[in-house]
Amino acid sequence: MKESEVLLEVKNLKTHFNTINGVVPSVEDVSFYINKGEKVAIVGESGSGKSVTSLSIMRLLSETGKIIDGSIHFCGRNLIELSEKDMRKIRGNEIAMVFQEPLSSLNPVMTVGKQIMESILLHQKTRKQNAKQQVIDLLNKVGIPRPEKVFSSYPHLLSGGMRQRVMIAMALSCQPKLIIADEPTTALDVTIQAQILSILKELSEQEEVAILLITHDLGVVAEVADRVIVMYAGQVVEQAEIFSIFDYPKHPYTKALLNSTPKLDFSQTELLSIEGTVPSPMEIPTGCRFYDRCDFSSEICKQSPELKEITDGHQVRCWLVEEAIDNRI
Amino acid sequence: MTYIIKKLFQIIPVLFIISFVVFIFVNVSGDPVVLMLPEDASNEEIKAMQESLGLDKPVIVQYGLFLSNVMKGQFGQSFVYKQEALPIVLERLPATFELMIAAIIISILISIPLGVLSAIKRNTFIDLFISGTSVLGKAMPNFWLGLMLMLVFSVYLQILPVSSRGSLLHLVLPAITTGTAMAAELTRMLRSQMLDVLHQDYMRTARSKGLSHFSVVYKHGLRNSLLPVITLIALNISTLVGGALVTEVVFAWPGIGQLVISAVHARDMAVVQACIFVIAIFVIGANFLADILYRVVDPRIKYR
Ligand SMILES: Nc1ncnc2c1ncn2[C@@H]1O[C@H](COP(=O)(O)OP(=O)(O)OP(=O)(O)O)[C@@H](O)[C@H]1O
Ligand code: SF4
Ligand SMILES: [Mg+2]
Repeated sequence: MKESEVLLEVKNLKTHFNTINGVVPSVEDVSFYINKGEKVAIVGESGSGKSVTSLSIMRLLSETGKIIDGSIHFCGRNLIELSEKDMRKIRGNEIAMVFQEPLSSLNPVMTVGKQIMESILLHQKTRKQNAKQQVIDLLNKVGIPRPEKVFSSYPHLLSGGMRQRVMIAMALSCQPKLIIADEPTTALDVTIQAQILSILKELSEQEEVAILLITHDLGVVAEVADRVIVMYAGQVVEQAEIFSIFDYPKHPYTKALLNSTPKLDFSQTELLSIEGTVPSPMEIPTGCRFYDRCDFSSEICKQSPELKEITDGHQVRCWLVEEAIDNRI
Repeated sequence: MTYIIKKLFQIIPVLFIISFVVFIFVNVSGDPVVLMLPEDASNEEIKAMQESLGLDKPVIVQYGLFLSNVMKGQFGQSFVYKQEALPIVLERLPATFELMIAAIIISILISIPLGVLSAIKRNTFIDLFISGTSVLGKAMPNFWLGLMLMLVFSVYLQILPVSSRGSLLHLVLPAITTGTAMAAELTRMLRSQMLDVLHQDYMRTARSKGLSHFSVVYKHGLRNSLLPVITLIALNISTLVGGALVTEVVFAWPGIGQLVISAVHARDMAVVQACIFVIAIFVIGANFLADILYRVVDPRIKYR
């Protein structure tokens, strides 16, 4: 991987929330990178810290959330050190977001067109008439029929799929370098999901936008991503090219996730689910965080494993894998 | 449009009820003839009046007569002014109107920044201070506030006129007096509304576009908080009218409030009736307007 290609590099990110019940360490030591134009997926069960990671990148955490440690380099600049004013120039302009729930994520009392136009007018020096034309072109691009009409519609009048297309149009409006899509299809019908994903994929390739796709659905990952980051309880546990993950998963958690996903060819009759739940951030075991649910755990797992590179571009956080490498040597 | 027409039709029964109440009110408050004539009226005069009002007829017929008179805008002669009552009242309407509009504007101007600030800085000293002040503002009686303002700004500092109507300066103190209670109520409402809105997903979306905190709060947040505010203003119109009546007396403001009080004192029932009617229509009209505005602000409400 050439150094110059890296668009976003997150290193040792630590994000905590201060709540009345004490400090919630939602993200502990997360590191990953995204190259220009690359499509990367973060997968993991609910509560593993995916959304917190993405909101940390955008610096959009709620007041109680705080980035404790680490760095987030985007185009060579550390976002954590930027002033709020400089950060605003990045939001919507260079990094845009698509959220999970398109209805509640759109302002109910503002027309769709105005909401998209707002970004354009904010970040680009252009006149209103031009901006309007841009918005209509965008709506066209994301496959919305009769864009002039939709331009002056309010969000509640559109279907879920149309709303998410609007969100994508909004995200694309300033030609960002990176789009973070946090579970963009979870709230939609299955048939619509596929459409939205293909639009997202197609447009990102066409416009050369990198995508950070957050999901807990490995089917979605298979459809879109070039590379996969698996998160568990606030940590990255495995990170590899899409084929490595699906064909040679190394971490017990990744394996379990794959087993719990229905195979596309329906060869699997029974859907396995991973036993147990993600430990809440307040009661995380001291050693390997997957210890309680792991079928392969042993004495050494009571100490924390490190994220280690086993082959080029494939990183795993598990003692088992480390030992396997050690034994080979 | 059909919605508006439908709404207008719904007003008719309300007017009927009001007319009925006014009719009952006049009939139980004593012999209307005695009330309507000066105290030294002769027996012949009383008899003539009774006949002209149809008081020798059964009650239901009397009500019918009353209704038809009301529809023609005839509330009878004012014996104080020696002329029809309605024109006297209508003449006072602009002054009251002016006072109320000014009071509403002032209360909005005060409450929007305070309510929003209070929500953004929730549970800080600023929030506590604003909340405390608004409780005070709500609890303060109108006449007392009016007198205090007059004392400070007109008598002591001498920067604003004491009373009566005239320039815009004359309007300042009466408008503040009338608007304070509503400003307090609106501030509290906006604060709680804003607290709710601040956590909505679309606020995060707005921030993710790179908008400044100020734009996010005022452009995306405020408009979503305004709905209940409009309802609240509409619901408070009657309270506001009540407040305006008192204020008018305190500041010798020549509006309906002052007229109705002096008419009650003089037992000029024709004028009192006309005043009640005009005020009622005023309140209904304000509610109607709020209903329309509500729909303009919230596109989710359809015209049904
Ligand atoms: N505002 C907050 N205050 C306190 N804790 C929070 C807050 N936001 C998130 N957390 C905690 O951080 C942890 C990670 O949450 P996060 O939303 O990142 O999970 P996720 O992986 O996105 O899950 P999901 O698939 O449900 O979206 C959770 O345990 C959650 O309780
Ligand atoms: S380190 Fe041990 S407990 Fe953790 S995943 Fe590997 S084998 Fe399982
Ligand atoms: Mg999430």
